[in-house]
Amino acid sequence: MALLEIANVTRRFGDFVAVDGVSLAIEAGEFFTLLGPSGCGKTTLLRMIAGFDLPDAGRILLDGEDLADRPPEARPVRTVFQSYALFPHMTVQGNVAFPLKMAKTPAAEAAVKIAEALADVRLTGFNNRFPNELSGGQRQRVAIARALVTHPTVLLLDEPLAALDAKLREEMQIELINMQKEVGITFVYVTHDQTEALALSHRIAVMNRGKVEQVDPPDQLYGYPKTRFVAEFIGTCNLLTGPVTDAAPGVVSVNVSDLGAVKVVAVPSHPRGSDAAIALRPEKVRLSAPGNAPHSDNRFAGVVTGFLYQGDVTVYMVRAAQGHAMEALLANSGSGLAKFFEVGDAVEMSWPADAGHFIPA
Amino acid sequence: MAARTAQRWGKWLVSGPPLLYLVVFFAVPSLIMVLASFRTPGEFGGLAPLRDADGNLDLNLESYARFVTEPLYWEIFLKSFWYALLTTLICLVMAYPLAVLIARSDRKYRDLLLLLVILPFWSNFLIRVYAWMIILGPNAAFARAVNATLALFGIEPVSLLFSAFAVLVCLVYVHLPFMVLPLYANLEKHDQTLLDAAQDLGANAWQRFWRITFPLSLPGVYAGSALVFIPAFGIFAIPDILGGPNDSLIGNVIKQQFLETRDWPFGSVLSIVLTVCALAIAGIAAWVGQRGVRRLATGDA
Repeated sequence: MALLEIANVTRRFGDFVAVDGVSLAIEAGEFFTLLGPSGCGKTTLLRMIAGFDLPDAGRILLDGEDLADRPPEARPVRTVFQSYALFPHMTVQGNVAFPLKMAKTPAAEAAVKIAEALADVRLTGFNNRFPNELSGGQRQRVAIARALVTHPTVLLLDEPLAALDAKLREEMQIELINMQKEVGITFVYVTHDQTEALALSHRIAVMNRGKVEQVDPPDQLYGYPKTRFVAEFIGTCNLLTGPVTDAAPGVVSVNVSDLGAVKVVAVPSHPRGSDAAIALRPEKVRLSAPGNAPHSDNRFAGVVTGFLYQGDVTVYMVRAAQGHAMEALLANSGSGLAKFFEVGDAVEMSWPADAGHFIPA
Repeated sequence: MAARTAQRWGKWLVSGPPLLYLVVFFAVPSLIMVLASFRTPGEFGGLAPLRDADGNLDLNLESYARFVTEPLYWEIFLKSFWYALLTTLICLVMAYPLAVLIARSDRKYRDLLLLLVILPFWSNFLIRVYAWMIILGPNAAFARAVNATLALFGIEPVSLLFSAFAVLVCLVYVHLPFMVLPLYANLEKHDQTLLDAAQDLGANAWQRFWRITFPLSLPGVYAGSALVFIPAFGIFAIPDILGGPNDSLIGNVIKQQFLETRDWPFGSVLSIVLTVCALAIAGIAAWVGQRGVRRLATGDA
């Protein structure tokens, strides 16, 4: 049985359904992420797990026990808030000692636990500093130490890295992964940042308009998005839509307006005439000079309309002959200055039938 | 350079008038009072000439000596101190829940509630004090109800008016807004996530108040206490109007020295002692408060 079970949870605010019949099973020791745009219900769901909000319907079970009657202070769940919520009138020591004091931990035992927790987040020796004397990254670590010091069953993290700058965020991501591995506590992490979610999580639940669209490990989610929303939300994606015109066993053809018939692997095969979409990642599209396309399954002529040089890669915007706008990503892995095409160049786009991912309507 | 000079002039232009006001109407009078405390009272009140018949400067410590040797004045000081302290404590206990209520109420009602707190200021201070004469008067419903209740227990009827009770009630009434406003200003800025965090970390409602809300509100508590204690310490109008013959406070004595006895040097001495006491008490309170905050901060509390 899963450690944390969310069963058909619904939460309404007036006419607005913030969380709509969500069911999730989170395993012990898992780094689980709730990912979605703002307003998708991920934070409301987190607040219900913490106990700050109660479901209108459905149940939240921890270790098989329904949490409904337990106020936040009586749940073995701790939260790391986006703003860190450190107590400004207490030192680092005072902040980390707070949950131990609430649990009436004997002083000697508490001292050991505080020292351990501060060591875990590499803040040994910072005991007598006040929050306003710490950097953003250090405050973040105090918040984590304070939440972990009583060894909760589940740690909830609400966009904890959102306030940090890009460089620090990357460092903290690595630290979070290591920390979670070390302490072995289940992390439930909320973010709207898909790269962060992909980098950190064992599994991700993508949420949209109060519903869970897909729950999968990061590579599954990226490679095999189950819905158009997931395909577009995770990474960038050429979304090719149209009716299925040819349903040969294993491979179907989708008639994409402004582009043409696109072949794609589809298991199981889909009936002709049904609506479908193909999620095609820009890095799967090969660009070549006309006539040199390496793949024969799908081949379309186009013109480069613009590009974004990003150092390691270049993103090309290509307009197909019939008008469909496409993106292709080329790694600048060759030696020297890498520049393949200029704006206005005629190119040929190609990709094999198994490069795209078939999404039935 | 020119810009910097202009900036300097601008600074004086802005801060000059209030500074001048304070010098003329606060610093100079205070100095005059300090000087007066060393002079000899005049034959018919006021001050004797600064130079005596022989042309010598007539400055002495006689008024101070009188204050030190007459315990009556010490007792009145002590009594005034207790009245002011009691007023401050009652105001604090009454104002705190009110300030919390306003700070946590819906934004659209907050202005209205604050308006209600300051509404009494719209009528004259003396009129409001006189109003208490009617409320506490022997024929008012309140006094009749109190005496009827006392009669049930076989106690003789009491006069609420012209008593220590009346003075205290009115002191609290007059000063309550001065406690509510700084407390509200402080509590209104509190971050709700801190309370969420405390709850998440296992604190119940009382612990959240005592460990988070209250210590963070201490600056407001000090500000409000100073705004109540200092004026309450020197007040004379309320005991004059509502107090009995034994309810004179130090403010009444000072007023008496200047206007009735016309012993200006002695009045000045009492006034200076009052000012020094008020400053010392405010200073000690701030110091003790700081230590308290630090103790909470290191988690020893």
